[in-house]
Amino acid sequence: MNFNIYDFTSFNQWIDNYLYTSLSPFWALIVEMTIIGLVFLTGYALVGLFLVYLERKVCALMQNRIGPNRVGPFGLFQTIADLIKLLLKELISIKQADKLLFNLAPFIVIIASFLCIAAIPFAKGLHAMDFNIGVFYVMAVSSMGVVGILIAGWSSNNKYSLIGAMRSGAQIVSYELSVGLSLITMVVLAGSMQFSTIVEAQSDGWFIFKGHISSVIAFIIFMIASTAETNRGPFDLAEAESELTAGFHTEYSGIKFAFFFLAEYMNMFIVAAIAATVFWGGWMPLHIGGLDGFNHVMDFIPPFVWFFGKTFVIIFLMMWFKWTFPRLRIDQLLTLEWKYLLPINLLNVLLMALMVLMGWHF
Amino acid sequence: MNVIGYISSIFKGVISLLKGMKVTGSYFFRPWTVVTQKYPENRKTLVMYERMKGEIVMPHNANNEHKCTGCGICEINCPNGTIEVISKQIQTEEGKKKRIIDKHIYRIGMCTFCGLCVKTCPSNALAFAPNFEHAVFNRAKLTKVLNQEGSVLEKGVE
Repeated sequence: MNFNIYDFTSFNQWIDNYLYTSLSPFWALIVEMTIIGLVFLTGYALVGLFLVYLERKVCALMQNRIGPNRVGPFGLFQTIADLIKLLLKELISIKQADKLLFNLAPFIVIIASFLCIAAIPFAKGLHAMDFNIGVFYVMAVSSMGVVGILIAGWSSNNKYSLIGAMRSGAQIVSYELSVGLSLITMVVLAGSMQFSTIVEAQSDGWFIFKGHISSVIAFIIFMIASTAETNRGPFDLAEAESELTAGFHTEYSGIKFAFFFLAEYMNMFIVAAIAATVFWGGWMPLHIGGLDGFNHVMDFIPPFVWFFGKTFVIIFLMMWFKWTFPRLRIDQLLTLEWKYLLPINLLNVLLMALMVLMGWHF
Repeated sequence: MNVIGYISSIFKGVISLLKGMKVTGSYFFRPWTVVTQKYPENRKTLVMYERMKGEIVMPHNANNEHKCTGCGICEINCPNGTIEVISKQIQTEEGKKKRIIDKHIYRIGMCTFCGLCVKTCPSNALAFAPNFEHAVFNRAKLTKVLNQEGSVLEKGVE
């Protein structure tokens, strides 16, 4: 069999057929789910570790430093060494803590981010679940993470944790609106909530070019609001080191802390992947309507290279924000959302609807 | 807030944010602006600054002469008892009694590099040197005698 690295559909079909012919349907389903789970777990850990390394390197360069450079070439194995250290550390149990909730919280946070990856299309055919309500599903599942954060803050029996968790709750609840509305703007343009349809619709130009003004505004709002939703700087009030030691994960140690850490970085990856898919065409190569020669050259670059390239460019943008801007106060944070982003966003949805009705988009 | 003020505040905010991003971005895309030095690798070419407070030395000139009169002001001023001046009385050719130093002892392990000894020395006999590699395996090696073997007081320093 020869497989096309530009289209994984035949490859998946082949595995599916093979499993269903050699096993009973029930076991075939179980095996398929296990394979997908293992692939995602491995990818999750690798991407998470790489993002931590990338963050430290990018931040170092922006501050005129070198960053990790001792463990392995260019310090590439630094995060693996850190992970081994975290795995070997003691899990300290807090005396007055609510044991069940305290142990449950990291899993809720990590499950919320893990569920999101399932809906992201990595390449043509590389897509775990292609819902017809993909965008809605991602929105719904990603907001589950805040429950984990609130539980972590509450069960730690520590005022810093509680304040951090409450801030995080207020922040995520308000910024969820902006994320949702900016995605709705793009859904209006795409006419579908299914990720595969959204990507296919961008084969003759990415949505950020197709919807010009409205798309650019939606993209900027999405970037700001999603940075706030992932609790990253300049919106990292939930763990503001100088005020709250570490915020909601102050009392966590060892692997449980690693879970929170990994979930934070994976949330960043997921948000960037969604931005890349909805605004920049996901795995769709850069196509310009009318220039067939150029489009043909672009098609030679495999789709997962396009996908990860775009995702990492957006991740770099988010790191650029984080290491440039100072942290906002809580009142500034809420002013930004309720007085600026939300009204602009509502107007933007109307503008996009008008553009689609009048056919002003490309 | 009026509408014009509201809209202009958005643009002002965006512009000021972009200015900040320009600074960090310009550093990111010019990796040669990195100021970190990789220390053990560049040890051969490493040049420390003149004003570096690495250790306290007693400069000697070409004739093996120093400027220390043994007055003991540095010893009195030292907050940690780092310095100990052991002096002795000698008879000069004119028959006068004079005090010269036998040993100027400096215990670098106790020194905080505050610089009071260098600052208060009336004859500028002490100075800071940029050498900073003081790690040793034996604590006794941290006790140093600053005046060299057989050195004498420079002519004209009282």
